[in-house]
Amino acid sequence: MKKFFCQLLSHAILVLFSLSMVIPFAWMLSTSFKKPHEIFVFPPRWIPREPTLKNYLDLFRAVNFSRPFFNTLIVAVSITVLSVLLASTAGYAFSKFRFKGRDKIFLLVLATIMVPGQMTLIPVFLIVKQLGMLNSYAGLIVPGVASAFNIFFMRQYMLSIPNELIEAARIDGAREDYVFFKIVLPLSRPAIVTIAIFTFTGSWNSFLWPLVVAQDERYYTLPVAVSVLAGQYSENLGLQMAGSCVVILPILVFFILTQKYFMKGIAPLTGLKY
Amino acid sequence: MKTSKFWVFVFVGPSLFLLLIFSIVPIFASFLLSLTNFNVYALVDWSRARFIGLENFRDLFHDELFWKAFLNTFYCLSIALPVTTVLALLNAVLLNRKDTRMKNLFKVCFFLPFVTNTVAIAIVWSWIFNPRYGLMNWVLGLFGIRGPQWLSDPKWAMLAIIVFVVWRGLGYNTLLFLAGLQNIPQELYEAAELDGANAWQKFLYVTLPMLRPTTVFVTTMMIIGYLQLFEEPYMLTQGGPMNATLSIVLYLYRQGFKFFKLGYASSIAVVLFLLIISLTVLRLKLSRE
Repeated sequence: MKKFFCQLLSHAILVLFSLSMVIPFAWMLSTSFKKPHEIFVFPPRWIPREPTLKNYLDLFRAVNFSRPFFNTLIVAVSITVLSVLLASTAGYAFSKFRFKGRDKIFLLVLATIMVPGQMTLIPVFLIVKQLGMLNSYAGLIVPGVASAFNIFFMRQYMLSIPNELIEAARIDGAREDYVFFKIVLPLSRPAIVTIAIFTFTGSWNSFLWPLVVAQDERYYTLPVAVSVLAGQYSENLGLQMAGSCVVILPILVFFILTQKYFMKGIAPLTGLKY
Repeated sequence: MKTSKFWVFVFVGPSLFLLLIFSIVPIFASFLLSLTNFNVYALVDWSRARFIGLENFRDLFHDELFWKAFLNTFYCLSIALPVTTVLALLNAVLLNRKDTRMKNLFKVCFFLPFVTNTVAIAIVWSWIFNPRYGLMNWVLGLFGIRGPQWLSDPKWAMLAIIVFVVWRGLGYNTLLFLAGLQNIPQELYEAAELDGANAWQKFLYVTLPMLRPTTVFVTTMMIIGYLQLFEEPYMLTQGGPMNATLSIVLYLYRQGFKFFKLGYASSIAVVLFLLIISLTVLRLKLSRE
């Protein structure tokens, strides 16, 4: 009897917290399909009585949300592809090459993980400005490509690839690029998928850097566009919620499809040495 | 066998080059900039910037708004940190119970805020905190409580931000704790049971000590994250009302990219950096004792 009560209570608490996690999303979705008069109904109505697509149509016609949408897609995909490529090549070199100063250089790379983004924000802004990359895709993409964390993650994973496999290929006369693309990369697939997913999600959601580097609205990414929308159409709540849905839902669907990689990706974090 | 210089260059070169330009040089540049009066004129012509020694830091020390931002950020940290930790641990322990059903569904729910764009969901939260039509006051109303004017009342605005911040951090940290719990060997619990320990004693004398590395990691990351509070007040209140929710990073952003006082803003960045480093070191020191 006591055991049953325990189980009931524990489930009740979990359901309560899970609901509080989900409710903001449900409300956002429901409001985005409401007409203005239904939004200001109190107590709130969860399922709109007269659902409408008008908010979404306005979003893509009147406000032109498609440009930021494609900007975000271009930026997130580019950063992900380049970052995975650079992180795996560097991770391979740091785990399997032998060269002078290897471990010292790796330590330097590691040290940059600890520095918060705000610390480097202003100098990076000045450097990007000096390179003439303000208001450009290059400015949005290039500073985000080299990720010390991704390099670290790939190196740790590649350490577990047996040396004999690589040595055997080298003895057979294979060049490093062949070894890398034909042996190391295929074996590193799980790690690559994990950092690709995290990098994509991270760059889709990133806000402070795009806010600073893209002041021209042609280069707005979705988070910047939706923050501007909230300011400009502060009284049009349906439109704001539709905007939020467009930013959030693609990543949410992406997450639900790839959730096992997300769960795997955070597990090694707790095993970090510190 | 040493790898030829050519291949080392090809494989490490690009990453190192980019890290150098966008990470390592900027760290040093940040310190240098904080010693200059780099402003909107210098933005056009760098030669107009002058070295002014520690003047920025002296100004910062006498800047009431900076102190306000500093205290606000610590207020947020001092409430959000223990609340998130306790709630995350509670949920992780419940999720880790053998007889808990639908674990995966709960986990997915808990993970949602972590993958969600803060800016977009902040718009939803500012509507949740709407005093007349918002969900928060509706729920409070069900219990017969008349909710406050959350975001426009200086007394309550920061608390609203904290609720949002905890909501965002709770699920992710729950899953980190859960991963830690799953690493505790089952035999320890069986041994404790043999010694006649009850559930609470098992938690106190097995779970908590064994979970220590995870707890240290989770709280350290939380300190680092919460000190960088920015998007939440930027979207919900823009730092108002009466600067009640102005955070350090929001103040940095304002000084740097609204007034383009980049030298002054860099000194804020340096102070924040030193704060983060010293709190992290302090946290790790405490955990060793």
